Amino acid sequence: MAFGPFLLLALMEGMVTAAYLSLAAVGLSLVFGVMRVVNVAHGEFFMLGAVIAWFVASVVPGPAWVAFLAALVVAPVLVAALAAVTDALILKRLNYDPEATIVATIGLLYMLQQTALTFYGPDARAVAAPFDLRIQTPWFGYSGYKLFVVAAAIVVLVAVWQLMARTKAGLVMRATQVDRDVARAFGINVDRVYMGTFALGAGLAALSAVLVVPISQAHYLMGGDPLLLSFIVVIIGGLGSLRGTVLAALIIGLSEGVISMFFSPTLAKIIATLAVAMVLVFRPQGLFGTKA
Amino acid sequence: MKVWGLHFGVLAAVAVAGLVVPDYHMTNLARIMVLAVFAMGYNLAFGYTGLLGLGHAMFFAAGMYGAGLPAWHYGLPAVPALALGTLAGGAMAVTVGLLALRTAGVAFMIVTLMFAQAFYLTLLYFNAYTGGDEGFVPPDASRLILGFPMSGDLPRFIVAFTLFAVALILSLILVRSRFGRVMVALRENEERVRLLGINPFAAKLTVLGISGLYAGLAGAAYAILFGYAGASFATIQYSILPMLYVLLGGAGTVLGAGLGAGLMFYLTNLASDLTDAWQFLVGAVLVILVLFAPKGILGWVRATLWRGLP
Repeated sequence: MAFGPFLLLALMEGMVTAAYLSLAAVGLSLVFGVMRVVNVAHGEFFMLGAVIAWFVASVVPGPAWVAFLAALVVAPVLVAALAAVTDALILKRLNYDPEATIVATIGLLYMLQQTALTFYGPDARAVAAPFDLRIQTPWFGYSGYKLFVVAAAIVVLVAVWQLMARTKAGLVMRATQVDRDVARAFGINVDRVYMGTFALGAGLAALSAVLVVPISQAHYLMGGDPLLLSFIVVIIGGLGSLRGTVLAALIIGLSEGVISMFFSPTLAKIIATLAVAMVLVFRPQGLFGTKA
Repeated sequence: MKVWGLHFGVLAAVAVAGLVVPDYHMTNLARIMVLAVFAMGYNLAFGYTGLLGLGHAMFFAAGMYGAGLPAWHYGLPAVPALALGTLAGGAMAVTVGLLALRTAGVAFMIVTLMFAQAFYLTLLYFNAYTGGDEGFVPPDASRLILGFPMSGDLPRFIVAFTLFAVALILSLILVRSRFGRVMVALRENEERVRLLGINPFAAKLTVLGISGLYAGLAGAAYAILFGYAGASFATIQYSILPMLYVLLGGAGTVLGAGLGAGLMFYLTNLASDLTDAWQFLVGAVLVILVLFAPKGILGWVRATLWRGLP
């Protein structure tokens, strides 16, 4: 293959990374933006989504697309419910103190990871893609499912954006983000907003994982990379800014695709982590955020 | 007087305990003391100065490789290797601190985490020189201290104890000095420190450097005493462990780091005898501590029994 098609392939792979990453990162960004909580266990919610998708796919009979659709509903709902319980039992009691919640979510990370290892096991298992379609370009064949992931991510992102911009729930969340005390004074049930936001954030991570699981397998340690990349994306995009987050996911996803293809995945990660540290040091509001 | 009595008493008790228990526990104790030195360094930054970083694995690993690589590639003897590793940890901490200390709070935590992750990946990337994931074993010739091989239980215990005792006494002196008060003041109210004419950035950088020296010494000692260095020691797990020890023992208490390290070591040992789910225990302890006992064991002692506990 010549250079051009190689680059095209790298960019397409990068688009897929950007797609699932932006979903997971938007979840993290929402939680940080509204609640000021850095959820270190976000990657484990992602992992749980993938693992639950595998369980659902293994019990639902019939064609692959039925099982996939079932997983697409069940996994995010279950993970969101778990997140809501976590919020009520742990985060709320800590009064959402930034540093205490970091320690608590680190503990949660260990507990969820171990639970997955105990009940799901150390193996990586695949879930069948809902449909099998190969798109033939002049140079290489490409999985149609991967393009579906990109499309699905765009649909969900637009839905989240509409939710935040147009609905009462979104208005309430944005009000809480700006000033939680004033929001409470106006009769907003801040506790419920927090619980809902945390559940929504976790649900988005799980949804992203269900989309990814037919491409890469479900494994109990799979939460590490999305967590790190989500952090990177959220910081470069500006903490709490949804538009910045999506834009940054595109940049990170595409550049990772290209650097991994032509150099090495490890080098791509080194560059990305150093870049994000530098952004935080010299431009804490992110590349696209405005000063908080 | 009472303070010195307590700390020397604890040191004496540890020495006696190490010499009377069976060899297996003697080795455990040596390992705990090395990890305790690491946790003491973390405690100076987090417990006393309020710097909640998640990158100390990077300083630990800098010490480990600073001592281990010259020993492995050039046959550097143990004592200079230990010194070099200690300095490597300190230099790494100051370098990172120059950038990371421009941020505070959550951002500081994320920046240190990111630097540590980049360092870990760098160790993997240059696996031709560092041994990467598999790590390496320092040569026996570099594991001789005063002619004694560190593979022996007793010499290893004595060296670990010496390092532990020196680290403990130095940190006691440090936190009771004028600078120690500045550290606590930085944790409580940084603006007021600035108002008093002290440069907070320089003070925090100094603390982080000292903390890095501790972590570097611990990493170097781990490589020389236990004869293994590997990239797994640079993972985020090893940044979380000292935090766990310190939170359990009591953040901002001199003895807390060692107490937490010992308790947690035997607790995970006990749990891994019963079940292989010891990670769950670590997670649960973190959550329970932060929910119900944010001050830790000695923090509770200080709050209720003895206000003067350093």
